[in-house]
Parts: sequence; C-alpha cells; structure tokens
Amino acid sequence: MARSVSTRRKALNTAIAWGIGLLIFFPILWTILTSFKTEAEAIANPPVFLAFDWTLENYGVVMERSNYMRFLTNSILIAGGSTILGVMIAVPAAWSMAFVPSKRTKDILLWMLSTKMLPAVGVLYPIYLLCIQFGLLDNRLALVVILMLINLPIIVWMLYTYFREIPGEILEAARMDGATLKGEILYVLTPMAIPGIASTVLLNFILAWNEAFWTLNLTAFNAAPLTAFIASYSSPEGLFFAKLSAASTMAIAPILILGWFSQKQLVRGLTFGAVK
Amino acid sequence: MATQHSRSAARIMMAPAVFLLLVWMLVPLCMTLWFSVRNYLPLRGGDLGFAGIDNYVRFVSSNAFWPSVLTTVIIVGSVLLISIVLGVLLAVLLDQPMWGQGVVRILVIAPFFVMPTVSALVWKNMFMDPVNGLFAHLWRFFGADPIVWLSDASIFSIVLIVSWQWLPFATLILLTAIQSLDSEQMEAAEMDGAGPLSRFGYLTLPHLSRAITIVILIQTIFLLAVFAEIFVTTGGAFGTRTLTYLIYQRVLESQNVGLGSAGGVYAIILANIVAIFLMRIVGKNLDK
Repeated sequence: MARSVSTRRKALNTAIAWGIGLLIFFPILWTILTSFKTEAEAIANPPVFLAFDWTLENYGVVMERSNYMRFLTNSILIAGGSTILGVMIAVPAAWSMAFVPSKRTKDILLWMLSTKMLPAVGVLYPIYLLCIQFGLLDNRLALVVILMLINLPIIVWMLYTYFREIPGEILEAARMDGATLKGEILYVLTPMAIPGIASTVLLNFILAWNEAFWTLNLTAFNAAPLTAFIASYSSPEGLFFAKLSAASTMAIAPILILGWFSQKQLVRGLTFGAVK
Repeated sequence: MATQHSRSAARIMMAPAVFLLLVWMLVPLCMTLWFSVRNYLPLRGGDLGFAGIDNYVRFVSSNAFWPSVLTTVIIVGSVLLISIVLGVLLAVLLDQPMWGQGVVRILVIAPFFVMPTVSALVWKNMFMDPVNGLFAHLWRFFGADPIVWLSDASIFSIVLIVSWQWLPFATLILLTAIQSLDSEQMEAAEMDGAGPLSRFGYLTLPHLSRAITIVILIQTIFLLAVFAEIFVTTGGAFGTRTLTYLIYQRVLESQNVGLGSAGGVYAIILANIVAIFLMRIVGKNLDK
C-alpha cells in the first residue's frame, strides 16, 4: 500500500528535488549548451543561457582539427574489446562457480575481488616497463588486455550474482532429459543468462570507456582514446570554451545515454552484490 | 548433484580467469617489490644495485611525504563526508512521492558517467577559470574579486570536482537500499505517532548502516586512487599532491623507480587495510 500524501506536500517534494537535480546536472547542461555557442558567446558576461545563435561550427572544428575519429575509434575498440574479451573469459568461470560451487568458491571470489583493490599506481612502473619491453607502449592491444584484467573481477562477480539467481532445478531437469554439458550451457543456460550478460557488458563498457589512469599513462598518440583526447585540451587550447565543450559533449554523450539504462546494474556491479 | 565429471569441467572453465588474474596480480607486484629494494634510475645509470630498505626510509622521510598524506586524508575524508551526508539526504528526498521522479534520478546520477578528464576540465575552465569562468562572473556580479580557485583554494576545488562525481554514486546506492525498506514498518511507526525525524533516526538510518559502510569502503578505495582530476587541473601543484600523485611523479616524471616503487608498496598496504574490511562484509553476504 502506498502512503497517501497531500498534493501540497508532493508539490513541495517535486520542487526541491527538481531544484537539486538541476543543480547537480547543471555542469553537464552548461557544457552541452556552450558547445553550441560561438567562442565569444561562450565567455560572455553576463552569461547567455538559451538566447544565443545556435551553431554546429564547434563540432565541425573539433572533428577536423584533432583527428577526433581516431580517438573515438580507439575508445570504442579498447572499451568494446576489453569488455568482450572479459566476458568471454568470465562467463565460464562464473558459470562454474554458480552451478558447481565447491568449498573454495567463496575464497576464489573474494580473492578475485582483492585483485581489483590493488592500487594502479603501485604497479605503474612494472606495467609500463613490460609494455616497453614488448613494444606495447601506445598500443591498443595492450590497453584492451589491461582494462580487461582490471574489470575482470567485476565481470565475474556480476555474472556470478546473475547466474546464481537461475534456479538449479532447471539444469537438473535438462540433465534428466539427457542434455549434455554443452547442450545444457548452449540451450538452457545461455537464453536465461542473456539479460545478466547484457547488463554486465553495458556496465563494463562504461567503466572501460571512462578509465583514465592507464589510458593516460600508457598512450601517446596511436592508441590514445577519448580520455587522452580531452586531457590534451588542458593545454592553452582549453581556453576555447566552446570547442572544449563540443569535444566534451561528444566524449560523454554515448556513455550518458548508456548509463541511464544501467543504473540498476551499476549498483549490483559496483557493490559486488552487497546492495541490491 | 554435481558429478565428478562436471566438477573437473568446472575447474577447467574457471582456470583461464584464475590464471590471468593470478599473473596480473603476482608479476607486477613482485616487480614492484623487487624495484623497491633496488637503486633503480632508468635515465641516470639504470639499476645501480641493492638498496635494502633505503627507498622505504627515504620515501617516508622526504619533505613531500607527510604533506601528501595530509592532502590524501583531507581529500578522501571530505569527499566521503560530503557524499555520505548529502547522499543520505538526497536518497531520502528522492524516495518521497513526487512528479517526475525518474527524470530527477537521471539528473542526479548523470555526473557519475562523465569521464574524469572531462569533468575535471569542464570545472577547471568553464567554472573555475578566474577570468571567464562562471564563478568569476558570479563573483563579479556581487562586486567581489574572482577567486583563483585552483591555486588559492586548490584542495577545496579538487574536493568539489571529485564530490560532484561521487555524490551520485553514493545517492544511487543509498536510494536502492532505502527502497528495500519495508514500507509497512514505516506506516506502523507513522501511525504510532513517530515524527519524521524519529522515523529517520530509528528506522531509515539503521536500515542504511550497511549500505553506508559499503559506500564508504568502495569509495575509499577509488578515492585513494584519484588521478585524472589532479593530472589535468593542478598537476599536483598548490598542495594537491596526493600519495598516489606523489608516487606517479617519482616513477614517471623523475624516473626514480626504486623510490616510487617503495611508495607503491605503501599504497598497496594502505589499500589492503581498507579492502580487508570491505571483503569481510561482502564475504558475509555471500553466505546468505
């Protein structure tokens, strides 16, 4: 039963919540608006909110001038590649831990989690050195592998919590009907696991897209994704507010949209199933 | 029932993930430990031999160490305080009946999805720029001199940027936890005459305590590692050099790998202390 509340109270809640919500969202809104202004309007005092000449010019300039497409491609390849690779490795592991648990399953899960806690800066030089040794500095493949390893514990955990919710009786029934292990995974489990896998892919794509320690430290030019592209604006170029805004908007737009779909998965994925 | 056959299959299926994570953990960790006891200066002669615990001693006795610890504590502590206190209030607010709840939720959560380099640069230039930033316009409007945020109020600025990114995370998790609170219990308390404050104090807060603990632990681990926000704003200047940033500078900027690695070992130990508590809670939850 829902608690009944007076309309006045509801209106008050609405006003306060929208006020705070817009305040928190304002920097993003402001960035998006500024990206459609001319440079002069972008720094105008007093600031103009909506009454300016909307222009797409900044987007054109950003895309032409800084090889935006290469950075975008790198982001997609690195985030996508690391996620797909991670899921391919994690699905069998999570499957076996969820359906054939042993005494050590819990320890293995917790140990995997502990590798995620390893501070990146603590292993910065070894990874840097290994990349140089194998000629993998500023290389997309290296980043795919590193980001995959960083997110692998989260992927395994998320999949594990999803798989565990699949009732084991269904598997037994399939086995009774003579399904082989392969058939069981392909025809019984996979269809039931697709939503969980999809959520996992989504969240990890977001995490990999936004990762900004290894992508900044291990890339220079060829493999640099959008995080590094934006960081390059911290030079005096950043003083061109409208262009910085256009570049920023393009870097965050895809993830904002994906992110809105993945709110629930975010909670599950980042609290390791401890809050649902 | 799991058969012998499926058990060995399970082991094989787990092997790649376990093996990869084991290598990923052990190889760099051993290398860091090794470098930390060497006198290793790649640009000034390379590996100059065994250093014993010199690097460990030098790292903590350098002038930069204690200020960096203090900076780290201030930044992590302030962001935690802000995101938990405001997060609880926001979560309670968002749980109230209102129009457009879904949209407000999206607005509040959005900053978490903004990549760190973008949020740092947007704040740095469009808000905190002392000439053209929005804050400068605002200050001038009220007849005040604009503040040079990133040098005169550097720590505050970093805390503001990082809090803006992490408040949504705390709010989202606390909101999820609040929504699992039994509404009948709330109603019963309401009928028995419990005011909003005592309902919050005796029902909501105790119910949230576990979620709050988890938010604190997870955020601490991520906040200790904050990097991009400092990298693109102050570059570690004006008293914003955290422990993580100090190690980064030792390793990559001044290429003193031995010293930096010793610092890295300290960082690993520090993170592990936090991690142990987090793992306990998560582990307990697994048994259910």
